[in-house]
Amino acid sequence: MDILVCLKRVPLAGSTFLLTPDSRDVDTNHLAFGISPHEENAVEAGVQLIEQMGGSLTLLTLGSADAEEQLRSQLAIGASRAILLETDGEDWDPQATASALVEAIQSEETKFDLLLFGAESADNAGYQIHIRIAHALGLPIVTNVKSMKIENGVARCERVVGTQREIYETPLPAVITVRDGLNIPRYPSVPGRIQARKKPIDHKKPTPKVPKLEKVSLSVAPSNTGGAKVLGNGAEAVPALVEVLQTIGILA
Amino acid sequence: MILVLIDHDRGELDPLSLRALTAARKISDEVQAVVIGEAGSSLSGIAGEYGASAFHVATHAGLTDYAPAASGKVLQQLIAQLNPVAVLAAGSPRGNEQLAHLAALMDLPMAAECSSITLSTGADSPHLVTRARWAANLLEEANVHSDLLIATVLAFSVEAEPLSPPLVPTVEKFTPDLSDRDLQVKVIDRGGDAVRGGVTLADAKVIVSGGRGVGGPEGFTALEELASLLEGTVGCSRVVTSAGWRPHAEQVGQTGTKVAPDLYIAAGISGAMQHIAGCKNSKTIVAINTDSEAPILAYADYAIIGDLHKVIPALTAAIKEAKGR
Ligand SMILES: Cc1cc2nc3c(=O)[nH]c(=O)nc-3n(C[C@H](O)[C@H](O)[C@H](O)COP(=O)(O)OP(=O)(O)OC[C@H]3O[C@@H](n4cnc5c(N)ncnc54)[C@H](O)[C@@H]3O)c2cc1C
Ligand SMILES: Nc1ncnc2c1ncn2[C@@H]1O[C@H](COP(=O)(O)O)[C@@H](O)[C@H]1O
Repeated sequence: MDILVCLKRVPLAGSTFLLTPDSRDVDTNHLAFGISPHEENAVEAGVQLIEQMGGSLTLLTLGSADAEEQLRSQLAIGASRAILLETDGEDWDPQATASALVEAIQSEETKFDLLLFGAESADNAGYQIHIRIAHALGLPIVTNVKSMKIENGVARCERVVGTQREIYETPLPAVITVRDGLNIPRYPSVPGRIQARKKPIDHKKPTPKVPKLEKVSLSVAPSNTGGAKVLGNGAEAVPALVEVLQTIGILA
Repeated sequence: MILVLIDHDRGELDPLSLRALTAARKISDEVQAVVIGEAGSSLSGIAGEYGASAFHVATHAGLTDYAPAASGKVLQQLIAQLNPVAVLAAGSPRGNEQLAHLAALMDLPMAAECSSITLSTGADSPHLVTRARWAANLLEEANVHSDLLIATVLAFSVEAEPLSPPLVPTVEKFTPDLSDRDLQVKVIDRGGDAVRGGVTLADAKVIVSGGRGVGGPEGFTALEELASLLEGTVGCSRVVTSAGWRPHAEQVGQTGTKVAPDLYIAAGISGAMQHIAGCKNSKTIVAINTDSEAPILAYADYAIIGDLHKVIPALTAAIKEAKGR
């Protein structure tokens, strides 16, 4: 089976955000980078499938040249090769991103049986790149999948909605977007890392487009409270908390 | 006119759709609603209560259950008839998904999870939106360059407000033209409860949530006892699910469940923004943490500084006593 995973380099923010002086981007000076957890699950799922069924696992990203770091660490987990659509680092809008990814997928000799995505990207959370790509390629798409089984060319997928699990089935080739919880992504091994250095990464230069969803500026969302009222230390503070619970109506 | 997609699950309303209707009313004098599938036709009354002047029911033999690609097609065909200035839906997994199908079919931009929308004032000016990014920790101001605005409404940015007096919408049946391909991906079955026990995270009024500070799976017994005493349920951080201490269904946060209980107790949770993203709409947050500098304290309403292994049992005992009186 030939599998493609689309992933995106994002800064790993801690508990607060700093913005660049022009308020257009996150200040990443002191941040490490990674990929969104959902995409880690997608790579892990892809690796498990080729371990079971054989085949290839290709990674595809559109981003700055630095995204090679994220491709290498996912190659170390077991992907076969990667494609980097290199930009100058500016965020592309969803339509431009999707059409560059589509062009890259269509120019591949490999016809992928399964295209895996994160349910949404950690930074942009546009909820759409994968759906646009599925339409452009004429493929069915199942989203937000938390468990899947592939048998006889059909993917059986589970998605959790509230307390219920919904079941979907789709023939392959198909696009499937996955969520955190699908599996527990493995860490790269030392031999994996060494092999990854030699695995091929194709670099391509996609053509930018005028954005239709055009970012103007970013701001940090206001937080709900101005900070906690400290009720005290240890078990001694419990009576004060019980009083609070009575005031807010949790306890009669 | 703004067209609002009213989401339902085999006839049961998604209440977030009422927030989308309310948001639409704030920016337009005329709001119409659409439901996909005959099962949604009973929702015309409530759509009128929240401001819809017309109620479109898309009926088709294939529309028996949720089928997101078909929804995109239905919306595209209805828009061609009605020519609205915007199409809105709730910022929910289903709302985002169905409008993304629409946007993909029409090759138009889509702005997901908007907390504010200003419609274009003329032919050459874009629509302006403020949309949530980074799990609503950052807000983005963006221009949407398109005649038709396709956007979803950030779940907690607007409360649903009924209109008084309510409208009685005209009910319009609409039969879309759908192929088997459009209906290929559809819910074909449902599994049992994805969550153990009665109360689910998303509906719970009280959540007692544990993080790395709980120390291991055994430590959650005390949290479970406190939660059941308060008729609530247990939640946890991602560290906890990654370690396999608790099932993923209990994870609160950006990649887990977003919750909004009356009371959220965060015990041994540092307050990473991806966790906060899932619990910040709680009415009251209480943090129990050994570290008086933990980031969670910036978001919590109340805090106890101390070891949760001492505080939780003491709290359980004190609540039992208070209830006994
Ligand atoms: C894109 C992305 C998405 C993510 N999604 C999620 C998500 O959905 N949900 C989520 O939770 N995380 C998510 N994370 C992970 C998140 O960044 C944090 O790593 C995680 O929330 C930390 O969990 P924690 O608070 O349990 O652990 P820690 O950060 O290690 O904090 C443990 C806390 O416990 C306190 N403590 C220790 N011992 C005790 C004790 N005995 N009594 C009281 N307090 C004690 C410590 O002072 C500390 O504050 C995501 C990360 C990324 C990058
Ligand atoms: N720049 C990118 N390069 C490759 N894949 C991407 C990129 N942006 C988004 N994706 C994929 O599309 C998914 C959804 O992204 P989004 O529509 O931004 O929420 C992500 O989880 C990735 O799998």
